Amino acid sequence: MSAQVPSSACPPPTGAPIIRCYMSNSLERLTQPLSGPRVHIPELPDYSILRHCVRCARCLPVCPTYQETLHEVQSPRGRLALLRAVAEGMLPPTSAVEEHLYHCLDCRMCNTVCPANVPIGECILAGRAAFAHRRGLAWWRRLIFRHMLISAERLGLALWPLRLYQRSGLARPLRPVLRALPGPLARLRTMEVLLPPLPPHPLHATLPAITPAQGLRRYRVGFFLGCMMSQLFAAESRATVEMLSAAGCEVVTPRGQVCCGSPQDDQGDRFQLRRLARANIALFERLGRLDAIVTDCAACSHTLKEYATLLADEPAFATRAVAFSALVRDVYEWYDAILPATWGNDSTTPLHVTIHDACHLANAQGVHEPQRRLLGRIRGIEVVEMEAPSACCGSAGIYNITHPDMANRRLARKLDDILSTGAAVVVTNGPGCLLQLRAAAREQQLPFQVLHISQLLARCQRVNTGDVLYPDTWCGGAEVRE
Amino acid sequence: MIDARIIEELKAALGAERVLDTLVDRVAYAYDATWGEALPDVVVLPRSTVEVSTTLRIAHRERIPVVPRGAASGLSGGAIPIMGGICLCLARMNRILEINPDELIAVVQPGVVNMDLQKAVARYGLFFPPDPASWDMSTLGGNVAENAGGPRCLKYGVTKDYVLGLEVVLADGNVMRTGGRTIKNVTGYDLTALFIGSEGTLGVVTEIVLKLLPKPAVRRTVLAVFERIGDACAAVTRVITSGVLPLTTELMDGDCIRAVQSQRDYGLPTDADAVLLIDVEGWPEALEREVALVRAACEAVGAREVRCACDEAEAEELWAARRAISPALAALGDKLGEDIAVPRSRIPEMVERIRAIGRTYGLRTPIFGHIGDGNLHPYLICDRGDAEMMARVRQAAEAIFIAALELGGTLSGEHGIGLAKRDYVGQALDPLARAHMLHLKRLFDPHNILNPGKIFAETER
Repeated sequence: MSAQVPSSACPPPTGAPIIRCYMSNSLERLTQPLSGPRVHIPELPDYSILRHCVRCARCLPVCPTYQETLHEVQSPRGRLALLRAVAEGMLPPTSAVEEHLYHCLDCRMCNTVCPANVPIGECILAGRAAFAHRRGLAWWRRLIFRHMLISAERLGLALWPLRLYQRSGLARPLRPVLRALPGPLARLRTMEVLLPPLPPHPLHATLPAITPAQGLRRYRVGFFLGCMMSQLFAAESRATVEMLSAAGCEVVTPRGQVCCGSPQDDQGDRFQLRRLARANIALFERLGRLDAIVTDCAACSHTLKEYATLLADEPAFATRAVAFSALVRDVYEWYDAILPATWGNDSTTPLHVTIHDACHLANAQGVHEPQRRLLGRIRGIEVVEMEAPSACCGSAGIYNITHPDMANRRLARKLDDILSTGAAVVVTNGPGCLLQLRAAAREQQLPFQVLHISQLLARCQRVNTGDVLYPDTWCGGAEVRE
Repeated sequence: MIDARIIEELKAALGAERVLDTLVDRVAYAYDATWGEALPDVVVLPRSTVEVSTTLRIAHRERIPVVPRGAASGLSGGAIPIMGGICLCLARMNRILEINPDELIAVVQPGVVNMDLQKAVARYGLFFPPDPASWDMSTLGGNVAENAGGPRCLKYGVTKDYVLGLEVVLADGNVMRTGGRTIKNVTGYDLTALFIGSEGTLGVVTEIVLKLLPKPAVRRTVLAVFERIGDACAAVTRVITSGVLPLTTELMDGDCIRAVQSQRDYGLPTDADAVLLIDVEGWPEALEREVALVRAACEAVGAREVRCACDEAEAEELWAARRAISPALAALGDKLGEDIAVPRSRIPEMVERIRAIGRTYGLRTPIFGHIGDGNLHPYLICDRGDAEMMARVRQAAEAIFIAALELGGTLSGEHGIGLAKRDYVGQALDPLARAHMLHLKRLFDPHNILNPGKIFAETER
């Protein structure tokens, strides 16, 4: 890349002897001014950000794909190098480059260790957006991210055939057939393995617009329904609403919510992401004063918090987006803020719980302590930390379907880490993580349960009896095991 | 460019998935942790000594440059394939072959990451002393090639003090064993030492026999604030003469203090000239005495403030400021890090020279370092987009090299010569010594295929 530089006559500093430059001055070769961006590609991360990578390699040991492959192009540093080479006109923006950008799990582990504070994950997503902008969205991405995964309702429509399949009694005889499918059709098998029994009714269809607080109303919160949570984990998400209500929150769930835009962001569809963001901001603005906008999906809480940055360049939305994002709380953060200092019953046999931090919670939002404070103060629960709790489980949006091999390697490591804690319960708040870990626990008959945090809290507390949160309403750990 | 026929031969010998020649792959192997970059023609990812040997046999026959590398976290340009050729990435040779707690020995492949070895031997209550700042990503092969140091060198020495034997693939592909498994070993010339710090110019290390030590029980940290950097140096000497050999003696100068304080309040006084972090380790009973001696020594030379951490959490708090230096300096702009070492008594003078050079060239020069071993890391803060400023940066860096040599020091304490300091080696070495080094290079690598242009210029033969 750096061309041979002819020897220059460096004027010596005063009083210092003249240095003999042998051939080309090698130091000069290392201190060449930056070439700067030479090609303009819309949406590509800003060159002034890319150049801040000092290539120290600090991100290598934490990157899941680098650790699995030990191949530089599969590392955060390597991906940034590709993007920079593209910007500098060194590397043509071919599909090979795009493919490498999609090898990233978007787990943001690299962001947490970068000494130069380069927003690496964001750069890689911007790179995907640049390629999508340049080459157009692939047909299947257009179908999924423009038409299917845009709201809980639409996702429901898309899932309708699957619902039929599960109820028809075809599932049992078809399963062995699906699992024997060869080649690219094996993706169907992966999906069949992942898919949990769909709940009879998605949450958005049954949840009232206002769920009153039980007892004294202490807070008024907007509830952001995750598409996946509502459609696939309705019971878990209902537990969140009940938990919030029991803790004195009036829960306002506005009709007409659309997807947060996380899947679109992940797959390079910035256009749709912005559309969704504007719609959600306008919708929640109409609710009047809220103490918080709470969501029980880690990917949603991350994306909603990013609206402020995303729309900063849109005059009509910039300040409104800042106000919106400032209200957003991940369910862990909100529980930690409003639930009592200690609760739960002392149990003779404490329930051992290990925390799996969703990447978009711990790495992307830096929310690490609230979940630990929350669980730490529940009597009857003993937290056993696993090695690297915020290491990706391999779910990563649709990564486990697009890149099943890598996803399974990550999953295997995660399962080892979980199993070596000996915990009976893994708790998380990522719907992707729930899918991935539950499928593994089901398929491999592993000795732990995978629970959403609200489910764990609800199982420990008789929420439905109308009790508000008092220490004596907690049951011990034993009841949690089914 | 390498002939396509040779790439095909490599692919046939090693398998196509270990021989990468697309532009996308080559771009990702063009750099290390410096600012330089140059594309290799092909990237080879061997998994065994045999595969390394096969690659070198072909390269030797065809006269193709071979640049061995591990994690490419080096700071002297050593892993940049400036002449193109083969980038031989050893990261996948990452097996720990043996840990023998009875003999205090570990046998590893070169791609094992320093941290992974540390974790593995910790289970036996042992540790591997060399701990370069890059310990969590750099490979042991790279540590050997650069003779890496780290903060605790004052007490434990550097990588060369812990390598008992090597397996090396020579330029022609032949495999040689040096040294052995014993601490004492004077059978013949010490060829092991020759390869340590040779920066991949004499052979490719494929197996390393390392010496381990029992892990000390506890560690204590003392932080001392000084009005003058000279007092900090005097404090270290006084600590040592009072009978305590500290584990680390980390120095931060006033500019560094201000940089980290501007990010977050670490409780450091921004008007101080120097802060010293002194760690001692051993048994708790002994440490109580040692901490008292360290405190007394610092106070005796006029430390403005001395803080002792009583537990891990407090020590962590004191070290947080030290670890914040790198991100804090990154916030100031681009930075060129230097790595000179001078005799400890000359450190105050060296610091003065660096500051004067900074003034002459209009550059900010925060300094930190490992004062006990005389190793200073002055940083030149700059803007890489500014060509005029980059010229000043080069001149300032040269001036720092010369100042270090004039004070009886060396060009590089632990980062190596590589490409960055190659042009100054002639001044740093005794002419006869340099001539013999070139003799050795010719002997081991007659066709100059091993990391050509590193340590010595391509044309120096």
